[in-house]
Amino acid sequence: MNGGAAKIWALHLGVLAALLAAQAVLPAYHAGNLARIMVLAVYAMGFNIAFGYTGLLSLGHALFFGAGLYGMGMPVALAGWGAGAGLVAGLAAGGGLALAVGLLALRRAGVSFMIVTLMFAQAGYLTILYYTPYTRGEEGIVIDRAARVLMGLDLSQDATRYCAALALFAAALLVNLALVRSPFGRVMVAMRENEERSRMLGYDPFRVKLAALVLSGLYAGAAGAAYGLLFGYVGAGFASIQYSILPLLYVLLGGAGTVLGPFLGAALMFYLIDLASGVTTAHLLVVGAALLVLVLFAPKGILGTLRDRGLTWLP
Amino acid sequence: MAALTLLEARSLTCHFGGLRAVDGVDFDLAQGEIHALIGPNGAGKTTLVGLLCGRVPVQSGSIRLAGRDITRLPAHARVRAGIAYTFQITAIYPRLTVLDNIALAVQSRGAKNLAAGSLAALDRVGLAGRAAMLAGDLSYGHQRLLELGMGLALRPRLLILDEPTQGLANAEIEAFKALVRGAVPDMTVLLIEHNMDVVMDLADRITVLNFGRVLATGTPAEIRANAAVQAAYLGG
Repeated sequence: MNGGAAKIWALHLGVLAALLAAQAVLPAYHAGNLARIMVLAVYAMGFNIAFGYTGLLSLGHALFFGAGLYGMGMPVALAGWGAGAGLVAGLAAGGGLALAVGLLALRRAGVSFMIVTLMFAQAGYLTILYYTPYTRGEEGIVIDRAARVLMGLDLSQDATRYCAALALFAAALLVNLALVRSPFGRVMVAMRENEERSRMLGYDPFRVKLAALVLSGLYAGAAGAAYGLLFGYVGAGFASIQYSILPLLYVLLGGAGTVLGPFLGAALMFYLIDLASGVTTAHLLVVGAALLVLVLFAPKGILGTLRDRGLTWLP
Repeated sequence: MAALTLLEARSLTCHFGGLRAVDGVDFDLAQGEIHALIGPNGAGKTTLVGLLCGRVPVQSGSIRLAGRDITRLPAHARVRAGIAYTFQITAIYPRLTVLDNIALAVQSRGAKNLAAGSLAALDRVGLAGRAAMLAGDLSYGHQRLLELGMGLALRPRLLILDEPTQGLANAEIEAFKALVRGAVPDMTVLLIEHNMDVVMDLADRITVLNFGRVLATGTPAEIRANAAVQAAYLGG
C-alpha cells in the first residue's frame, strides 16, 4: 500500500515543478495555451473522479462547468461581486448542481444515468439561452478587467494568469492524489469494480456515488469559475454538449482512473486540435482518427497502458 | 447450547409472480451455532438467505437480529448491523490486489489500523504471502478463501455462506471447515451447502427447505432419521 509513496510524490511534485519552470522557458503563446490546458485539466480531473474512479459515465458535465462559469460570471458582471466571492459562488454552483442532479439521476444505474445527465445538461444550456437578457446567451458576458483582480493580483496579466492557473491545478492535483489514496478513494474504485460486492461489504452505493459526483461537480465548478476569471469571458458555448464530451476525450486519451491522465490528455488533445486546425479545416476528423487509434491500440489511455506495462504503482 | 437467539424470522414470504420461492417461513438462529440450510434445487434456499441479508426485499413477515427489527433495513445497513454474506458465485474485485480486497472489508468495520488489520485478516485465511497479487490471478480455491476472508474480516455476528465448498478440492474443503469451526462461537454461521459430508460434519443444526417451506429442523442425527426429509431430499 505504501511501497510506491516516495515515487508517487516525486512524480507529481516533479510535474508541478516542471510546470512552474515552463513559464520561464516557454514562448508567450505556449504559456497561454498551457494556462488554458491546466484549467481544463482541473475540469477533466473532476470528470475523472466520477468516471475513471467511480465508474459513473456522465454525458452532462458541461452543466457543472457552465454552472461554475455563470455562478461566477453573473454575480460579478451583474451584482459587482469581487473575483474571490465569484470563485466561491462558481465552486458552490458546480457542487450544488451536481448534488441536485445526483439525487435524481443516481436513483437509476447504468445507461439511464448517461441519458439523464445528458438531458439535464441540455436543459441547463437551453435555460442559459432562454434567459438571454441576463446571461447574454450566445454572445456571452465579458468580465471587466477591473473585476478580474484576486487578492491584489491582476489575473488578466499573462504571468499572473499562468501562476493562478498553476496554483489551482496544483491544489486540484494534490487533493485528487490524496483522495484516491484514501480509504474513501478505495471505496470509489470498489463501486466501479463491483457494486453488488461493495454493497455486501456494507457500503451504500447511492451515498458513495453521490459523494463522488459532488466532488466531481466541485472540480468542474472551480474550473469553470477560474476559466471565466482568467480568460475574461463567460458564454453559453461552454455549457453545450461539446464541453460535456471534451473531458471524456481528455480522460480517455490520458488514462481513465489515473491522477495525471486528465492533464496529459487535455494537453495532447489541445495541441492535436491546434496543430490539425492549422493544416485543415476538418480538424475534428483528425481528432476522430486519433481516438479510433486510441480505442483500438490503447483502450486504457496512455497512462493506463503504462500502468499495465509495469508502472503498477501509478495512482 | 443455552440458546440465546441471534436471529428470528417470522412468516417470511417472497413470491416471484406465481412462484412461491419462500412461503411463510419461520426461522431461528441460536447465537454461536453453525446452522446448515439444505434442500433440493429450487427449494428457496438462496431466496431465504437473500431475504435475511437484504438482497431480496421482504414482501411480508419480519426479521429480528438480536432483538432489533431489521425487516426494512437495506442490505448495506444490515452488513453494518452484523450480517455478512458471501456469494454463491465468487464475488471479489479481480482487478484489485488481494490486499485491497481485504482492506475494503477491514475498513468497512471501522478498524483503527488498516494495514495491520488487513494483513492479519489475510493471514487468517493463509493468503498473506499473496497480498500484492491481483485477486483475479489467484487460483479458484484461493479466490474462495479470499472471499471467506473478507466475510470474516467484517467480524459479523452472522456469517452467511452460500455454497462455499462448490468446486473446491478435498484438501481445500478441510481448510475451509477448519476456518468455519474457528469462526464460532464468536460468530454464528449459516451455511447453504450441497455437500452432505460437509453439512453432517460441520452443522450443529440443519433446516431442510422444500417448495419454499421448512420441512424439518433438527440436529444432523434427527434430520438423517426424518422420514419426510428422506422422501423429499435424501432420496431414501
